[in-house]
Amino acid sequence: MNAATGYNFAYLDEGTKRMIRRAILKAIAIPGYQVPFASREMPMPYGWGTGGVQVTAAILGRADVLKVIDQGSDDTTNAVSIRAFFARTADVAVTTRTREATVIQTRHRIPEAPLSEGQVLVYQVPIPEPLRFLEPRETETRQLHALAEYGLMHVKLYEDIARHGHIATTYAYPVEVAGRYVMDPSPTPKFDNPKMDDCPALQLFGAGREKRIYAVPPHTRVRSLDFEDHPFRVQSFDRPCALCGAEGVYLDEVLLDDAGGRMFVCSDTDHCEERRADGHVGTGGMEAAHV
Amino acid sequence: MSTPLLQARGLTRHYGARLGCADVSFDLDPGEVLAIVGESGSGKSTLLSLVATELAPDSGSVSYRMRDGRLRDLATLSEAERRALMRTDWGFVRQDARQGLRMAVSAGGNVGERLMGAGARHYGQIRATALDWLNKVEIAPDRVDDPPTRFSGGMRQRLQIARNLVTGPRLVLMDEPTSGLDVSVQARLLDLIRGLVAELGLAVIIVTHDLAVARLLSHRVMVMRAGRVIETGLTDQVLDDPAEPYTQLLVSSVLAA
Repeated sequence: MNAATGYNFAYLDEGTKRMIRRAILKAIAIPGYQVPFASREMPMPYGWGTGGVQVTAAILGRADVLKVIDQGSDDTTNAVSIRAFFARTADVAVTTRTREATVIQTRHRIPEAPLSEGQVLVYQVPIPEPLRFLEPRETETRQLHALAEYGLMHVKLYEDIARHGHIATTYAYPVEVAGRYVMDPSPTPKFDNPKMDDCPALQLFGAGREKRIYAVPPHTRVRSLDFEDHPFRVQSFDRPCALCGAEGVYLDEVLLDDAGGRMFVCSDTDHCEERRADGHVGTGGMEAAHV
Repeated sequence: MSTPLLQARGLTRHYGARLGCADVSFDLDPGEVLAIVGESGSGKSTLLSLVATELAPDSGSVSYRMRDGRLRDLATLSEAERRALMRTDWGFVRQDARQGLRMAVSAGGNVGERLMGAGARHYGQIRATALDWLNKVEIAPDRVDDPPTRFSGGMRQRLQIARNLVTGPRLVLMDEPTSGLDVSVQARLLDLIRGLVAELGLAVIIVTHDLAVARLLSHRVMVMRAGRVIETGLTDQVLDDPAEPYTQLLVSSVLAA
């Protein structure tokens, strides 16, 4: 207990952290399997990352360096408030630099900079069950996971192709982990799915409202589901980032005025800033300078 | 004499103190159509649920000859084996199509689900097979991407049949497949079922309260009353020359058209 703040280190009490750590260990032991845990009320509404915050609180040590991103950005409300929350309740060092962080809590994105061994990526997950919208019964989805009956997942992809001519699912794109469990990678764009495969960092997923934790251990095979004649493909962008000129990264569209002006910039703000600091300039770099 | 495809022995099921069905035994040969008839509440649907392993019997057993030729007690199958059997070698056409179909998924997806469950991962082939089956059950190919919510009752039942038959099952259970349809649609559906059953050599257990359905489709008839089988025999024999007073009553109570 910290006498000054009145909170235990990282907000949760030690008993709760131990319960969450047990769930995390089990999740790591069975890659992709959703482990139930006794999710707590957190001082933020459901949907704002209560699952991710609990996982982060359970694994955070005094020497850790924390980075929090929301949609790839370090400076949006959700990211700022969660970072401030842990700076206050755990007094840990915080950063926006991907390379410097030991724990990265994220909603939606995997950083562009390659992750390394020793880093932990914590995802905030709204709906952990990939089969949910096809099979509403929890008893039945558990049965389907237990027996590895994943034909239903392909029915969803079939419907996509039948309706749109291609697999139109662009986020929460289902993956098969370590050749066994099918998992929802949370609402990350499918652009980031390939980064999950054989990733050297530990990936933990926390769903607070749904009370589930799951994990992908380092260097685990993560395969995006597809059809033989409609293979998995990521989005591609026809232009580089307007600020830093980066190609092959995920871009956000930014509206500039009410006359149709817009530009496409890196969704990963840290990646973009680092490149601009190194002297890379995109086509819109000058305009951005005086915005 | 061929070896039976399915053997039921002494099937009994109570709902608390009330009787569902009692001591029902029968054999079903490959390619044979057995009709279970009786009034509402006579235990027909209970019996079908027991055969389909959706209900556990209080006593008795159901054995099925697997594709490898061995007769196995269904109660001894693992859950994985049981489910695999149900979605490949068996079909279940339900009275209410909403229970047998995924209403939010297109017709093609409904037919393709079993294929994908069996491991098919080629979209073009799945779709071609789905279109082929829709054609067989007389659903126009331009309806392949419509969900069953936009289908009429008769079309839904035909879609259910296509969805069940796509994996080439050897046994199909049907629970009142024609009730709730108007007479002309019923006639077409019966025609279709009769054609497919003959063409594919399917074994069928069909539950119906409609004796005309039993007469049109089935080789043999089992008459149930108050949870017990009271008469069984060849369809023509039972319906033309019923031995039991209750069966006589049932046969004579058909409204003349």
